[in-house]
Amino acid sequence: MSPAETSTSSAVTLNINGEKHTLPVDHRTTLLDALRERLDLTGTKKGCDQGQCGACTVLVDGRRAVSCLQLAVAAEGREITTIEGVAQGDRLHPVQQAFVELDGFQCGYCTPGQICSALAVLEEHAAGWPSAATEDVRPEAGPPPLTPEEIRERMSGNLCRCGAYVSIVQAVARAAAQTTDGAKEQVA
Amino acid sequence: MTTTAKPDAVGVARTRIEGRDKVTGAARYASEIPFTELAHGWLVLSTIARGRIRAIDDAAVRALPGVLTVLHHGNAPRIKDDVIGALGRPDPIVEVFQHDRVPHAGWPVALVVAGTSEQAREAAEALVVTYDEEPHDVSFDADKEGAYVPQDAETVKGDVEAELAASTVVLDAAYTTPEQHHSAMEPHAVTVRWDGGRLEVFDSNQGSKWVADDLANLFSLDLSAVRVRSEHVGGAFGSKGLRSHHVAAVMAATELQRPVRIALTRRQVFAITGYRSPTAQRVRLGADADGRLRAFAHENRSMTSTLREFVEGSAGFGRTMYDSVAHHSVDRVVPADVGTPTWMRAPGEAPGSFAVESAMDELAEKLGMDPIALRVRNEPTAGPISGLPFSSRNLLACFEEGARRFGWADRDPRPRVRREGNRLIGTGVAACTFPSGAAPSTASVTAEPDGTFTVRITAADVGTGARTALTVLAADALDTAPERVHVRIADSDFGAAWVAGGSMGTRSWGWAVMAAARDLREQLTLRGTEIPAAGVTVTTNTAELIAQLAQKERYAFGAQFAEVAVDVTTGEVRVTRLLGVFAAGRIVNPLTARSQLVGGMTWGLSMALHEEAVRDETFGSHVGADFAGYHFAANADVPVIEADWVPDEDPDDPVGIKGVGEIGIVGTAAAIANAVWHATGSRQRHLPIRPDRVLLAEADRAGHDA
Amino acid sequence: MREFGYERALDVPGAVAVLGGDPEARYLGGGTNLVDLMKAGVERPARLVDVRELPLDRVEPTADGGLRIGATVTNSDLAAHPEVRRRYPALAQAVLAGASGQLRNMATVGGNLLQRTRCAYFTDIGKPCNKRVPGSGCPAVAGEHRNGAILGASEHCVAVHPSDMGVALAAFDAVVTYETAAGPGMLALADFYRPVGDTPHLETALPAGALITGVTLPAAPVAAHSRYRKVRERASYAFAVGSVAAALDVQDGVVRDARLAFGAVASRPWRATAAERALIGGPADADAYAAAADAELAAAQPLSQNTYKVPLIRNLVVALLTELEQHGPEGAR
Repeated sequence: MSPAETSTSSAVTLNINGEKHTLPVDHRTTLLDALRERLDLTGTKKGCDQGQCGACTVLVDGRRAVSCLQLAVAAEGREITTIEGVAQGDRLHPVQQAFVELDGFQCGYCTPGQICSALAVLEEHAAGWPSAATEDVRPEAGPPPLTPEEIRERMSGNLCRCGAYVSIVQAVARAAAQTTDGAKEQVA
Repeated sequence: MTTTAKPDAVGVARTRIEGRDKVTGAARYASEIPFTELAHGWLVLSTIARGRIRAIDDAAVRALPGVLTVLHHGNAPRIKDDVIGALGRPDPIVEVFQHDRVPHAGWPVALVVAGTSEQAREAAEALVVTYDEEPHDVSFDADKEGAYVPQDAETVKGDVEAELAASTVVLDAAYTTPEQHHSAMEPHAVTVRWDGGRLEVFDSNQGSKWVADDLANLFSLDLSAVRVRSEHVGGAFGSKGLRSHHVAAVMAATELQRPVRIALTRRQVFAITGYRSPTAQRVRLGADADGRLRAFAHENRSMTSTLREFVEGSAGFGRTMYDSVAHHSVDRVVPADVGTPTWMRAPGEAPGSFAVESAMDELAEKLGMDPIALRVRNEPTAGPISGLPFSSRNLLACFEEGARRFGWADRDPRPRVRREGNRLIGTGVAACTFPSGAAPSTASVTAEPDGTFTVRITAADVGTGARTALTVLAADALDTAPERVHVRIADSDFGAAWVAGGSMGTRSWGWAVMAAARDLREQLTLRGTEIPAAGVTVTTNTAELIAQLAQKERYAFGAQFAEVAVDVTTGEVRVTRLLGVFAAGRIVNPLTARSQLVGGMTWGLSMALHEEAVRDETFGSHVGADFAGYHFAANADVPVIEADWVPDEDPDDPVGIKGVGEIGIVGTAAAIANAVWHATGSRQRHLPIRPDRVLLAEADRAGHDA
Repeated sequence: MREFGYERALDVPGAVAVLGGDPEARYLGGGTNLVDLMKAGVERPARLVDVRELPLDRVEPTADGGLRIGATVTNSDLAAHPEVRRRYPALAQAVLAGASGQLRNMATVGGNLLQRTRCAYFTDIGKPCNKRVPGSGCPAVAGEHRNGAILGASEHCVAVHPSDMGVALAAFDAVVTYETAAGPGMLALADFYRPVGDTPHLETALPAGALITGVTLPAAPVAAHSRYRKVRERASYAFAVGSVAAALDVQDGVVRDARLAFGAVASRPWRATAAERALIGGPADADAYAAAADAELAAAQPLSQNTYKVPLIRNLVVALLTELEQHGPEGAR
C-alpha cells in the first residue's frame, strides 16, 4: 500500500517522452489534464473527455490508451508517449509525414490522437493481433493482411469530424508499407 | 519586383502550411496557450426546461477550495441586449446572467471560477439552484400548431395546384430529418484577459472581428479595445460564433482582473452552442409523361426557439435547381422551448436536398425514367424563379462525367435485383448545389525589405486550408513564390473580413488578398525597388468591387453517386462507394479542396445513416448528449470516397472561386437513400436510415407480400 | 467530481482488506467506465483502490481443457491470446467488437463484467433513474428506449447490459471467481447478475467488498466452432443494438451441441437456454434455427420503439448458425 491513505492528492512522477516530471496532483486529475494544464504538453487533445472520441490518445507502456479516462496518479511508473515525443528532432515519423503529404487531417484537432493510434495499429498488426474486421480470428488462420478494411476498423476509435477518414486510411497504409513488416504483409 | 514568368501556384496541390505543426502537436488551439495566474470557469446550466430561478445559494460554493467567484443574475454586470452585429443579433443565449428567466433546458444560470478546472467543476456541480418550473413544450412534428411563414420565406410562380391536376404523374411524399449537431472535435473554449486596458481574447471561432465587435458592443467598449485571435480552430461547421462562454469569461476576467478560461464540456457543447433544426418536409411534383415538371411544390418546416427566429431554409433548394411551369416553395418555423438552432454545414441545402432529390428519384421511378435523364429534362437555362442568367452552370457535365466513372449505364434500374450473400446492393444518384457568394473583406499586404511579403486578413482556417489557399493566391497575384509569402490570419486587429462560413471564405478573402496584392504591385512599380525598413503596406477593402459584380445566379453544382450494401436481415446499411463530381469554379488547391469535398460527402453519409439528436419531451433536454449517444460516422463507416471536378469557368468573375466547403454534403444523403431503395425496394424517407427502420420496412414488405 | 483517496493495491488480500467494508470505496481497474461515471457524477466514491498491478493478468489453460482468465487481463490481451482464439473464437470476436483499440488496452475482464448500463437516463444525473436513484422512476419506458431490453426487464428498468465479452462468456458457462475478506468464492455467470424486478440498482450477486479475481471457462469442444455477430448503429465504436454469440456442432445433419447467447436485449448477457434446448438433437437447417430463436423470443416483451429487436435477434441466430453449419468458425469469406 502506498502511504497516501485518505489524502486527496499525491506527488507523482510521470515518465513522459523519456523525461521524468514530478508534480503534485489532485487525484481527480486525469493524465490528459496533467499533460495539458500542468506540463504544457498540449498536443494531446480533449475532444469529449469521456472516452468516446480518441482525440486524447497517447501510448502507455507502448500501447494506445485514452488519457481522459486514465487518472494521472494511476499513471505513475508507466512510460507515456505523447505526440510531442513521436518525431525525432526535426525528422517527422513516417506516419506524421504521410498524414501531411496525403492531407490526413483538416482542422487538425483529432490528428495527434490519430497519429498515436496509427503508431499502435502498426505495432498491434505486427504482433499478429486480429480485429473486428478479421474474418477468421483463429491463430491457424495466420495474421490478417493490413487491408484498407482492417485499417478502417482499427482506426475507428479515433473520430474525425472534418471527414478526413479516406486520407487517414491512405496515410496509415503508406506508413505501414514503409516499415519492413508492413511491406511484407502488403506482398503476402 | 520581378516580372519574369513564374509557374502559377494556384491549381497545384500543396500540403498545408500549418501541417507540420498539426502533426507534431505544436499547433495551439484556444485553450492551449499558457497564462500565469490562469483561473478556470465552469458554466452551470439549468436543469429545468422552462421557468424562473428562485434562488442560487452561492455562499456554500464560495467557501469551497479554490473557488474565486460565482457569477449569476443576482450579481453579474449588466450588458447591452440590443446589439446588432455583422451577422445580425447574436443568439440571446449570449446575454448571460441578465435575468431570472429560464427559456430552455441547458440555459446558463451561473459561472463558477476557481484556481483549477477540477475545483471549478466540483464547485459548479455543488451549486444549488432552485427553480419555479413552468410547463414546457419541445415537441416538433409536421402538424404542430403555431407554425408561421417568416419574412421572404415563400416563393410562388404560377398555379401549382392547377399544374398538379394537369400532370400525368404526381408524386406527393413527406420526408423528415432529425436534429443534428456540429460536433466539432474541439469543444468551444475561450481564454480572456485584460492587458493594458485592452481585452485580449484567445478563441476558437469562425470570424475574430465578428466576435470582437459583438463583444465590444455587448460590454459597451470601444471596438479598438477588444482583440480576438483564433490561430487554430478545431472544427466549427457553423457553430463557432459568439456564444455564452465568451461573455461569461469576460465578466469573470473583469471582476477578478486575471486571465480566465472557459472550456465547454462535450455535453455543454450539445446544450448551448446551437444545432441544425429537425425538418418536416413535403414535396409534391407533377410531371408530363416525358418527365417535364409542370409543378414543383416544396413545403418545409423547422423549429426555432422562443428567443430568436432561425430558419433552416430547406425550401430554397429548388428555386435554382429545376425548371417547372409552376413553383411553390415555403419555409415555415414553429417555436419551441429549446435553444436557438443555427447554421450548420450547408444550412437549408443539406436537409432540403434530401427531400427534393429523394422525391425526384421517386418521380423517376413512377415515370419509368432514368433519374439522371429526369434531371436533364428539367435543366433550366436561366434562374427558374429569378430569370437571371447563371454565372456558370455545369451540372450536366457533372452528371456526364460522374455517370461515366460510376458505370451508371450498366445499372439495372429495377430495385432489389442485386444480391451478394445476405446483402442487397443498390446504387443511387442525386444532384446538388450551393450558392457562391462574396462579402466585403479587408486585406493588407506588406512588401518586406528582405523580398518577402506579409499578408494580413481576419480570415479563419477552421480546417478548410484557407491559410494555404490565401498564400498561393497572394503568391500568384504578387508574381512570387508561395515560400516568400507569409499569411497571417485570425486576428481582429487585421480589420473586418467575412467569416469562415457560407462557402464564401476563400472567395471573399482571396478576392481581398488579390486586390491588395495588385494595389501593392502598382505602388511598388511607382516607387521603384527601394523598400523601407518598415516595409510598404497596402490595405484594400473589396466592398466596391463586390458591388460592381453583375447580377447573376451564382452557384456551384454537382452530381452525387452512391452504392450501398444492405443486410436486410439485420438492417445494416453500408455505403460501399461514393463519387461526387462538382462544378465549383476555380480550384485553388486541389489537395485541400478534395479534402473539403470528401469531408462534406462524409458528412452526407453520416447524415444519411447516423446522426440524430433526441430530446425527451418530458424533461425538455437531450437524451444521450455525447458521442456514444450522438453518432457520427466512424472510420469503418466510410468507404473510398472519390471527389473530382469538371471545368467551371466564368470569365466575367474576377476571382472565379466558388467555394467547396459545403456542397459536398448536399445531395449525398439523398443519393444514399435512393441507393437503399434501389437495393431493397423500400423508400427511406426519414433520416437517419437506422437498422430498426430497415428491419421495419422489411417487415412491411413481408406483410404486403403475405 | 468529488475528491477522493487513492491507493494502489499490490496483492489480492491487501486490496480486499483495504476496501474492506467501506461502502464509499471502489476498485479501480482500467477506469474506462468508472472514471467516466465519476466525471458524470453517477459514481462518487470517496476512495479508489487501484487493482491494475495485481498479479491477475494471466490467461492460463486449465487441466480439463478450459481457460482461466485473470481479472486484470486487458480486453486486448484476451482477444489476442492464441488459446482464446483457438478454443473460444466467439469470445475473441466479441471482445474485438467492443469499444476501440484504445479502450480495449485499458479495460479489464473484471471491470467488463461490472460495467454499468449505457442507458442515457442512467448516465445523466439531471434525470430520474431507478438504477441510479432507487425509486426515482424509469423515464425510458415512456421516453427513449430504442435500445432498451426486450427480455427479463421490468417496468422499473429497461436498461441493457452493454458488454460484448459477457455475451460470449455467458454462452460458454463462465464461472466468476472472487475474493472477500472472508475468503474466496465463485459464481456461475448465470447466477452472477440479479433479476431486474423492482431492484434494478442491485446488479450482481457479488458480496459487498468482493474483488473479482478471474473468470474460468470450462472445456467446451463446441466452443471451437463459434462466432459472434454484433449489430450497431454505426460500423464500429458503438454499443450493440443486438448481438449473438453462437456455437454449433453438427454431425450427420443433426445438431449435437449448441450454444447461444444474446447481447443488448436484457439487463444481463442473455443465455438462450430455451433456444439451445430446441436445437439440440434436431435438424441443422434454417427452419430449425428460426424455431429455436422463436422459442427463446416467445418471452420477449418489446416496447414501442424496440420491436425491431425481435426479428433482429431471430435473423442473427439464423444467419450465424447457418454460417457455422456451412463454413465453421472461419466464416463465409
